[in-house]
Amino acid sequence: MNETVGIVIVSHSKDIAKGTADMVRQMVGSEVKVAFCGGNPDGGLGTSVSLIIDAINNAWSPKGVVILVDLGGAETNSEMAVEMLQPEQRNLVVVCNAPIVEGAVMAATEAAGGSSLDEVRAVAEELSAG
Amino acid sequence: MSVQPETLKSVVKAAAEQVIACAPELTALDQAIGDGDHGANMKRGFEAVLGKLDAIGAQPLDEALKTIGKTLVMTVGGASGPLYGTFFMAAGDALSQSRSLPEDMVEVFARAVGAVSARGRSQAGEKTMLDVLFPVLETLKAEAGNPALLDCVRVTASEAVKRTVPMQATKGRAAFLGARSVGHVDPGARSSCVLLHAVCNTLEARQ
Repeated sequence: MNETVGIVIVSHSKDIAKGTADMVRQMVGSEVKVAFCGGNPDGGLGTSVSLIIDAINNAWSPKGVVILVDLGGAETNSEMAVEMLQPEQRNLVVVCNAPIVEGAVMAATEAAGGSSLDEVRAVAEELSAG
Repeated sequence: MSVQPETLKSVVKAAAEQVIACAPELTALDQAIGDGDHGANMKRGFEAVLGKLDAIGAQPLDEALKTIGKTLVMTVGGASGPLYGTFFMAAGDALSQSRSLPEDMVEVFARAVGAVSARGRSQAGEKTMLDVLFPVLETLKAEAGNPALLDCVRVTASEAVKRTVPMQATKGRAAFLGARSVGHVDPGARSSCVLLHAVCNTLEARQ
């Protein structure tokens, strides 16, 4: 099987993260690994570094993983999670500056075609550039 | 390293308990200009720190600070987790590199504040915890050797919190509010002040 870049969706709300992942799967099928997480360590609204690390590992691909986030704390916690990965993983994970739903769908579509980590990230981040 | 385990434990315990006690106030401040979770997040993080107090007290100071930082990162659940976590982990890293307290206080604090600034991609004047941490760093430099240093730090921190009121937030959740963030104390600045006061009070009582 050809490896594709993995997608991680991180929202303050588990429902939003799951809904976004559902949309991605419906639109691009199951060929791209998609993982999601949402909620703080107590299950309330927020994000959790350990859940983000788990999601990265669940979506892991040798081609790398892109992370889509919603608001401030999700971004900061995702960056922290990336730093806490093993050094050989760390350089293959990027947090995209892109809207979470549109970014996840565009990234997954690009990833499904076998694109590189940089290409997948660029397509998602074009959404913010306009 | 010249900080005794009992001093370390009492400082950490006091700081954690003070932040936990202030959780309702921090939440109220955050409801005004953020998403209202700062108090609950800090409480969860520092309760986890209290749960590891014996282990933290048994570690050398650099490792203890790193443990506190990692614990906050893994349990806070908001942006303040990585920000406070980075502060303590960077301070621990600085101490691991042949620095010691209290002699190298300015350098260790500077490294920690610089790491928070880098993590949040934020500078002074943006209505954040840095608007307390930077002025305190300046006081540590200016008042080094002053027997009343702890009191100077407390005064600086309290005044710095007040100065966040007219600031307009450009970082964090409060940035969405734009001009509407003006007129409120920044919750992160306030929690930094609470922590600093607790540390100073405890050190003073043990002198």
